[in-house]
Amino acid sequence: WMLIGRRGARTGHTMDKSITLPPDEIFRNLENAKRFAIDIGGSLTKLAYYSTVQHKVAKVRSFDHTTKATGDNLYEISVQEEVTARLHFIKFENAYIETCLDFVKDHLVNTETKVIKATGGGAHKFKELIERKLGLKVDKEDEMTCLIKGCNFVLRNIPHEAFVYAKHADSEFRFQTTQPDIFPYLLVNIGSGVSIVKVESEDKFERIGGSSIGGGTFWGLGALLTKTKRFDELLQLASKGQHTSVDMLVKDIYGGSYGSLGLTGDLIASSFGKSATADKEFSKEDMAKSLLHMISNDIGQLACLYAKLHNLSRVYFGGFFIRGHPVTMHTITYSINFFTKGEVQALFLRHEGYLGAIGAFLKGAEEDNPNQYSWGENYAGSSGLMSVSPDMNPMQRARSGTFDMLEMDRLEGKLVNLPLLQDASSYIPDTVDLTEDAHAREYWLYCFEEALDGVVKRAVASQPDMPEAAERAEKFRQKYRHKLQTLRHQPFAYGSLTVRSLLDTREHCLNEFNFPDPYSKIKQRENDMALKYYQKAVKCLDELSWEERQYALVRGVLAGNVFDWGAKAVSDVLESDPEFGFEQAKRQLEERPWLVDSYDQWFERLKGPPHKCAMFFVDNSGVDIILGVMPFVRELLSRGTEVVLASNSGPALNDVTNGELQILTESIAAMDPVIQAGLREDRLTLVQSGSSSPCLDLSRLDKVLAMVVRERKTDLVIIEGMGRAIHTNYYAMLRCESLKMAVIKNSWLADRLGGKLFSVVFKYEVPAPSQHSAALTPS
Amino acid sequence: MYLNVEKRKTQEKCDITFPWFGMDIGGTLVKLVYFEPKDITAEEEQEEVENLKSIRRYLTSNTAYGKTGIRDVHLELQDLTLCGRTGNLHFIRFPTHDLPAFLQMGRNKHFSSLHTTLCATGGGAYKFEADFRTMADLQLHKLDELDCLIRGVLYIDSVVSSGPSECYYFENPTDPDRCIQRPYTLENPYPLLLVNIGSGVSILAVYSESNYKRVTGTSLGGGTFLGLCCLLTGCSTFEEALEMASQGESTRVDKLVRDIYGGDYERFGLPGWAVASSFGNMMSKDKRESVSKEDLARATLVTITNNIGSITRMCALNENIERVVFVGNFLRVNTLSMKLLAYAMDYWSKGQLKALFLQHEGYFGAVGALLELLHPS
Repeated sequence: WMLIGRRGARTGHTMDKSITLPPDEIFRNLENAKRFAIDIGGSLTKLAYYSTVQHKVAKVRSFDHTTKATGDNLYEISVQEEVTARLHFIKFENAYIETCLDFVKDHLVNTETKVIKATGGGAHKFKELIERKLGLKVDKEDEMTCLIKGCNFVLRNIPHEAFVYAKHADSEFRFQTTQPDIFPYLLVNIGSGVSIVKVESEDKFERIGGSSIGGGTFWGLGALLTKTKRFDELLQLASKGQHTSVDMLVKDIYGGSYGSLGLTGDLIASSFGKSATADKEFSKEDMAKSLLHMISNDIGQLACLYAKLHNLSRVYFGGFFIRGHPVTMHTITYSINFFTKGEVQALFLRHEGYLGAIGAFLKGAEEDNPNQYSWGENYAGSSGLMSVSPDMNPMQRARSGTFDMLEMDRLEGKLVNLPLLQDASSYIPDTVDLTEDAHAREYWLYCFEEALDGVVKRAVASQPDMPEAAERAEKFRQKYRHKLQTLRHQPFAYGSLTVRSLLDTREHCLNEFNFPDPYSKIKQRENDMALKYYQKAVKCLDELSWEERQYALVRGVLAGNVFDWGAKAVSDVLESDPEFGFEQAKRQLEERPWLVDSYDQWFERLKGPPHKCAMFFVDNSGVDIILGVMPFVRELLSRGTEVVLASNSGPALNDVTNGELQILTESIAAMDPVIQAGLREDRLTLVQSGSSSPCLDLSRLDKVLAMVVRERKTDLVIIEGMGRAIHTNYYAMLRCESLKMAVIKNSWLADRLGGKLFSVVFKYEVPAPSQHSAALTPS
Repeated sequence: MYLNVEKRKTQEKCDITFPWFGMDIGGTLVKLVYFEPKDITAEEEQEEVENLKSIRRYLTSNTAYGKTGIRDVHLELQDLTLCGRTGNLHFIRFPTHDLPAFLQMGRNKHFSSLHTTLCATGGGAYKFEADFRTMADLQLHKLDELDCLIRGVLYIDSVVSSGPSECYYFENPTDPDRCIQRPYTLENPYPLLLVNIGSGVSILAVYSESNYKRVTGTSLGGGTFLGLCCLLTGCSTFEEALEMASQGESTRVDKLVRDIYGGDYERFGLPGWAVASSFGNMMSKDKRESVSKEDLARATLVTITNNIGSITRMCALNENIERVVFVGNFLRVNTLSMKLLAYAMDYWSKGQLKALFLQHEGYFGAVGALLELLHPS
């Protein structure tokens, strides 16, 4: 990795063949790669390919009781190879193109591929080289078509892809939530010239205008004026200059403002108006700054005129002129604000540089139907957005000498909104945006760093038969620690920084080093243990009066939720005192009134008619699901409410997975006629959430889940646990009744919410009556 | 061109004392219009103070003043009846940075003793108001520049009847061999888009003499052309810059669509000759070294002009206006830009938009200021 960063290697047009590429970081999975695409721009090359990734996954399977001795365990865990699809995108300077092609050729095992899709201005120039090196036929695709295809793809698949840039705000980047409908929008692509494209649907777009004053003008004219050759250096100059010595301002003409027109004195009346003289010298910095303003304002003005003419309010800016440069994002944003008086926001994209490559790739991959699936950014394999702002982070300045990567994993099927969201377009899963909350950010980054030792230890322990596990775990530690360090400097690297993204990044990193499910054994042990107490727990509950039982069931869910290896305060106790029991947990619970306490309303509601169907997003394995959730479910079933249990598709911490829950439910059914009847009569069903995160994004759920919600006319959503009900969804508004239950197992968070460790959140909400049919809501 | 209100008004006798001036102080140039009465009676002549005579003689017997003042003789309007008086209207300009010299002259000629009101518009009327007072003992009557501009345009177009037509256009703008200047009669002018290209650019939508709005403006104007030319070529005057531009070739500097796509970009209906990136070829060191100053001047002119054309065209679409009148001193002796604008309007609108030009290009603000002196609105 570092070898490539050598500054001496950069020599303009010449190819540098002396560099060796470390295979484990860049061009990963080449041996499984197929379908290549390449986008060669004026200075950067973007290579895209599709690979299949062999993942080790922990699978659970019921023992076949007739043929095998079962021992103590309910199910067996086996680590299996699973093949998933991944998209790789790598960006590097054109100078490395030959080296990279050689590398690809040497490592390419699967040579089924015959063509490489190519786009970008440089595709023509390098056609012969690519064909010779790779032995693939270059198939050129239209640049704009690729760009739009790529843009649609990232807007649809990457949450927080688009952002508003605000130079002087607390956080420079304000990420936009993914809109259910991304169309129509305007894409202003600022390459050497400017193209303005109106995009109305996946296949319908039109270049409605453009301008010849673009990045090439800044570069070309800038080079003439300042004798500075490189684009980046010109931007550097511009960021240090004062345009007022070169530009004629309104106040230079009026002496002040032009009041009757509302033109302020500082407004530029005539760009370069003061340089119309032969006998004065101007500094390079000032001229570059003036030029930058001139071009940005001009583009902003045209973009606004086109947006107005076509009545569009979403305007995305891309192209090499923008490409993450804070200086140009700032001047464009300023210009758009000026010309539209804030009616239109300038939007930028995190993966703007990859759009062409993504689009070219998609053109070539149509038979794999990539658009049929949802894809997720793999935080472990992606470089993230880097700031090139010199004053923001001097460390990262060498970026152009390194390789930038984006990896996306194919998710199971297509992810969709929970149909019950009150307003899908304004739904934000995360409760706290750590990009904006510096205090919280500091705490959580520290917290995750602190927990790292424990995670590493558990990862190693989860694979006792593998001698190299320790080495891999160490690599995991380095990778995740590096991610945390990056996020400390650049919290915006992967969109809004949240507790969820920190957790997800950790899961991605663990997967990367083949620790698919470090908690599998712990979960297994705890499930087995908890099952032994199930009947006793149910019997105790049945002996209570109806009234007492309702309260005991809620306390049971809450006490069960204390059993959580994801929370540091608890994992310490669990590790030091394995006897920490369910009863003890109940005693530990906060007494009512709880920190958030709407139990009385819930209790009143229970006296009313039963719910039609409850969707329960469950949390942990063991005591939580078996002794807390299941009795609660049992009661709902008894009331005549159908229950859908939604659990994770893949493992995350000690959360129960759909696979585990299937087995657990069956074995509970064997002991409990109520559960058994529920399953038999299809009044109790299990669905997977589509997620492998300890948190919950209700805008990205499995399609089947959404279908079940609709078909069963779900009128109650229960969300359990800190990850799903506090870190996310705490403020989520639903169109039906909802119940959010969690125990705060983090003293910092408890403190922040005004409570203490093991404080209880019991949040029962009923939507405003006009929102939903009143038939099933309490009167 | 319009209801002749101004014309009727100008025939009624008034008792405004001479001299009659209108002034427009812009960012780069000061424009001055002077009405020289030719119907002075013997009686009047006797009463006329010496100062007034001397000013009249100085202005009318010279065509250049000091080092930089110039009278545009070809624009002079003769036998004009203004406010019941008949005379000639003179058009004079000098650089704004020479305003102190002008004030000094006014002081030397005891201009203030004439007790005339000096009507002035443009930003300089505000910026230099104090200088007028302290250096020449003159009180300015400050006027809004856009009000004056529109009033001036409408007036001049209405009074010019002999000689070359005030308003003209280019026939066959997309065919260089057959492109010729033709007179145009602005009989029912509204609505029209008025594009004033001075140092910067203002774009107005005019619906009647008193009903107009400033749609937008751009800082890429005449000042930008000259400013960039000075930096790129070392020239120092507009005339020099234009002369160089006329001898240069912008396609050596600009990157054309065909330079990128080898021909037309048919997918988007872009012709190969269209400029894809202004100064785009200058990204390459070799090409930077092979272009001439003339090429650079030409490219600057083409860039600025085309950009004004684009913005104008978008405004015309947004405002739903089909007629565009271009004025301002950027167009003075600048047939290159006028033809480019005519071409751009016609080509990109598929013949929907018509570009019109006026002979008195940059003087309308000053004329409007003079009219305000005679007929306060």
